[in-house]
Amino acid sequence: MTALSDTDRGAPPRRSRRLTGRLLARRLLRLAGSLAVLVVASFAMIHLIPGDPLRRMLGSTAPKELVDQRRAELGLDQPLPAQFADHVRQLLSGDLGTSFFSSQPVADIIGQGLPHTLALAALATLTALAVAVPLGLWAAVRTRDGRRRGTETAFTTLTGAAVAVPEYLYGLALLLVLSLGLGLFPPAGLTGPASYVLPVTALAIAPAAMIARLARVETLRELDSDYMRLARAKRLPAWRLYAVHLLPNTLTATLTMGGLLLSGLITGSVLVENVFAWPGLGLRTVEAITQKDYPVAQAMILVYGALVLVVNFLVDLLIDVLDPRSALSASTTSGEG
Amino acid sequence: MNINDPVNISGLTVRFGSRTAVDRLSLEVPKGSTTGLVGESGSGKSTLARAVAGLLPCRGTVTGVAPGRVQMVFQDPSSSLDPRMSIGDAIAEGTRVPRARRAAEVGRLLELVALPAGYAGKYPRELSGGQCQRVAIARALAAGPELLIADEITSALDVSVQGAVLNLLRELRGELGLTMLFISHNLAVVRYVCDAVAVMRHGRLVESGPVQDVIGAPRHAYTRALLDAVPRLSPAASDTERVRRVR
Amino acid sequence: MRRLPRNPAGLLGAGIVALLVLLALFGPPLWADAAARINPREISQGSSAAHLLGTDALGRDLLARTLTATRLTLGLALLATLIGTATGILLGTLPQVLPRRAGRAVIAAVDLLVAFPALLLAMFTAVVAGLDAQGAVLGIGAALAPAFARLTHTMTASVAGADYIAAARMLGVPRHRVLTRHVLPNIAEPLILNTAQAMGGALLGLSAMSFLGMGVQAPAYDWGRLLNEAFGHVYVTPSAVVAPALAVTLAGLGFMLLGDSFARAAAHTRAPAGGPAAAPAAVPAPDEPAPDTVLEVRDLTVAFPGGTTPVRQVSLTVRAGEILGLVGESGSGKSMTAAAIGQLVPHPGRTGSARIRLGGVDLDGLTASERRRLLGSSLAMVFQDPTSALNPALRVGGQLAEVATLHGGATRTEARDRAVERLDRVRIRHPADTARRHPHELSGGMRQRAVIAMGLMNTPRLIIADEPTTALDVTVQREVLRVLREAVDETRAGALFISHDIAVVGEVCDRIAVMYAGRVVEELPAGALHQARHPYTRALVGSLPDMDTDRSRPLTTIPGRQPAPGDVGEGCAFADRCALATARCATRPELRTRTGTHSVACWEVK
Repeated sequence: MTALSDTDRGAPPRRSRRLTGRLLARRLLRLAGSLAVLVVASFAMIHLIPGDPLRRMLGSTAPKELVDQRRAELGLDQPLPAQFADHVRQLLSGDLGTSFFSSQPVADIIGQGLPHTLALAALATLTALAVAVPLGLWAAVRTRDGRRRGTETAFTTLTGAAVAVPEYLYGLALLLVLSLGLGLFPPAGLTGPASYVLPVTALAIAPAAMIARLARVETLRELDSDYMRLARAKRLPAWRLYAVHLLPNTLTATLTMGGLLLSGLITGSVLVENVFAWPGLGLRTVEAITQKDYPVAQAMILVYGALVLVVNFLVDLLIDVLDPRSALSASTTSGEG
Repeated sequence: MNINDPVNISGLTVRFGSRTAVDRLSLEVPKGSTTGLVGESGSGKSTLARAVAGLLPCRGTVTGVAPGRVQMVFQDPSSSLDPRMSIGDAIAEGTRVPRARRAAEVGRLLELVALPAGYAGKYPRELSGGQCQRVAIARALAAGPELLIADEITSALDVSVQGAVLNLLRELRGELGLTMLFISHNLAVVRYVCDAVAVMRHGRLVESGPVQDVIGAPRHAYTRALLDAVPRLSPAASDTERVRRVR
Repeated sequence: MRRLPRNPAGLLGAGIVALLVLLALFGPPLWADAAARINPREISQGSSAAHLLGTDALGRDLLARTLTATRLTLGLALLATLIGTATGILLGTLPQVLPRRAGRAVIAAVDLLVAFPALLLAMFTAVVAGLDAQGAVLGIGAALAPAFARLTHTMTASVAGADYIAAARMLGVPRHRVLTRHVLPNIAEPLILNTAQAMGGALLGLSAMSFLGMGVQAPAYDWGRLLNEAFGHVYVTPSAVVAPALAVTLAGLGFMLLGDSFARAAAHTRAPAGGPAAAPAAVPAPDEPAPDTVLEVRDLTVAFPGGTTPVRQVSLTVRAGEILGLVGESGSGKSMTAAAIGQLVPHPGRTGSARIRLGGVDLDGLTASERRRLLGSSLAMVFQDPTSALNPALRVGGQLAEVATLHGGATRTEARDRAVERLDRVRIRHPADTARRHPHELSGGMRQRAVIAMGLMNTPRLIIADEPTTALDVTVQREVLRVLREAVDETRAGALFISHDIAVVGEVCDRIAVMYAGRVVEELPAGALHQARHPYTRALVGSLPDMDTDRSRPLTTIPGRQPAPGDVGEGCAFADRCALATARCATRPELRTRTGTHSVACWEVK
């Protein structure tokens, strides 16, 4: 982007906020495109399986009539374009197919599990942000300009270690110690508010460590910028320096990362749900995949994929609203002078 | 095509999306002389240079120079040389001599830009900014350019180093009869180095002509504004005159 | 690997990874028999002397099984990493050699895939490729590839934007050779270093897949499979999950620590070494300044640990209504001098000076809060880069107003009105409208004038402008210089104007101090620049072409380089480059007054 020359100072400067409507349209378009690709991919999944998926499902000993009958039930005997048209038509009418084993409509399975999965993911995200952002800010202010190298090493090593351990191992450790060992929390299922504690904690630890690290790095970078030097030169009191000048600028990158982590957290919940027998989508997904219940597996991949895309879309929008700069940079087309 | 025909840029247009960076620009660069191109940031002067060098897609024609015989030297000495390639290899990449004579050729080119031949084995990080710019000039000369474009090559250098690089360019022009397009935002530097000067603004040519005409008797108001804004260190200017200029 | 980790955490990581590799090599021959031995009499036991970590549901020793599983776990992770990185690098470099359109399609596809979490991609691939080790390896490989492709593409694109790539293209080097000769060598190291982290990710991912029953299947076993089997009986024998869980955790930590220190090495961020800087000794300077002096600096020195001393005993005086120019090349210490006066020397630098007096008040004699109040209300600063000097998240007016409310005791309305008035004073059209905007909506010259306006909110005694026009075009520079001059004339503040451009300094300033290697070598009235005496000042003036330079003669040049702030010797720092230098110059000449307002630090000139 080239700097505007000062010759345009006669006219009042251009406002960039106006472009937000166009920006929203562009983001929506991209979301729609991604969703379309996802639908094609989930449709293609069953056709990409080498050999006969029906044989894989039913085993090599199943009688041919049964295989053919099931094939017809699933519509897999139709020509490919017709199958895809059917698939899209069913999706649009909210019909996600029927489980191969329980004959339960997939839409019902999702309807039962989705709220529990979302609750888990949302609580974990909020917990992670609430702990990590203040922690990262504090660490940055304490260790700026290479001060207190000991604190810095401890912070980076500990948070790094926390990131390196996967969520299901936190889950197992919490389960062994706090539930089976000390009996403080229920080990499995959803029986009350106490049931949330362990899964949410297991899911939140690694993202929290990651966000804290990122918040520290971002804050350090902003602390080193000219506008912060100027703010210090203005001798503003500390609260104003950090809360008013610093926080809004560090929040953007932190939220971007938080958003990316949130989508990782949605799939991380698959593992944690399996540890705690949580009645969400994750348990059913793994069940479906290991039982080769392809209609359910297909739908689950579609639902998780769509969740991720929608979450990313919402995070992008949130950043647009919070940070006036990103709206500008996203709206200017990619031409360098 | 005669070898002495000028390099002729005509109707050159470069667009980035909906923005027109260079707009139907025509310019003649006589062989064996240096033409200066002045303009402020966003005027499109660097875009024009990159288009003429074939680095950007553009419309319009460039005649008087064979394709691939345009070479360019850039502003930032730290980015204009591959950090992982020795000075000698960087220069040799452009030479068109057989492998056996390459070392001698590299030595000759280094001497041409007033660097010891022994620098061939060094890496860019061992050189100062001014020395890097000399190497970049040697690399460009290695290809035997019919047109050499210098894009703000002294802007990132300290004043004392800038002087040496400008002297070098003037010597090379005398020795090799180089045809050069010299781009700068600094009118004083352009006046010192160039025979002719062209002024760009908003992607268009505002004024062009021999350097003493454009600077001595500018016709366009924008050229006058530019000239007016050049800070001067004139021994003639008295204190009051000097202070009045900024008031 | 050229850069081995040196910090303790990195060494620990390297140690863990080395241990795992040894276990993978020698574990199976040592413990495979014990791991396979079924013992119906010792089913699902806890820890005992015979079985340190207990037994599984078939009575097999869990420790032996965990140790034996190292080879399969690491092997599969390595395989998945290779698949993932190779695919990723291929995808990431393709846009460089493909036609433009095809390249864009690849980038778009990678962007889309990166949005999906690894586990989702792995599950998708595993459904297609089959629920076994092969499917899981392919799945994790496929999950790693997009992130690696993105990384490769980002690095490739940044290298491809470098001028040396443009130079190679102009020299007619073909695209695939540009990729192999220039691009890949420059991104190889960070890519290799990143594979350590990818390996860790692959190991954790594969373990997760096996744990969910989508990876390694019995009778083969990796750590994930062991976890899966143990988890089936977790309510009966919870201790059975401990061994494989610890193994996965340890491996994850090891690869993370190693990868982290590699990443650090790649980023090459090393803090300056050395002990704490000794505060430079201050020598008292007794002479009293003239009454209208706004800034008086005596023997200012700035030192950093390790013997780097960018500013050496600098003394300056700025009077009311006067602009003092501080000129020098990069590394002369001029900006650090300004930072020291504004009490903004970056950590761990130390400032020592006999005296800094601002508006007649000695800064050393004040408490921290008094000093804050004094500097906040009577010092204004303007920095070089107008794009970063204003806080991008806040409106311009608010940033101006806060100075008045916090230090000037103004109410919010007063402060807002004053902000608009000050913006008007620095010749910003539509000041009320501008005050409501964010900085990114303003042009560079307007931002710089807004920063000056910010400095004028209270009644500044001193304005420090550090290269305020270097990033601006000449016509805009002219405007900013004029605004600065007017501000000084109207407010009767003093100004310290720092610049590398002697012509600009000569034009806007009243007096000029020339700095070289941390010291002032000459101080003279701006109009007398052509009568400069110090050989360095004269060379600076002679090397700068201006609109009156004789075009037939070469410019003056100075051989050699300015010594770095750590290598300044005892004598005259310029002697090595000076045509006039004699034996006397081995002793440093003091700055001495020659005529009324002209001081020079040189033995050889009058």
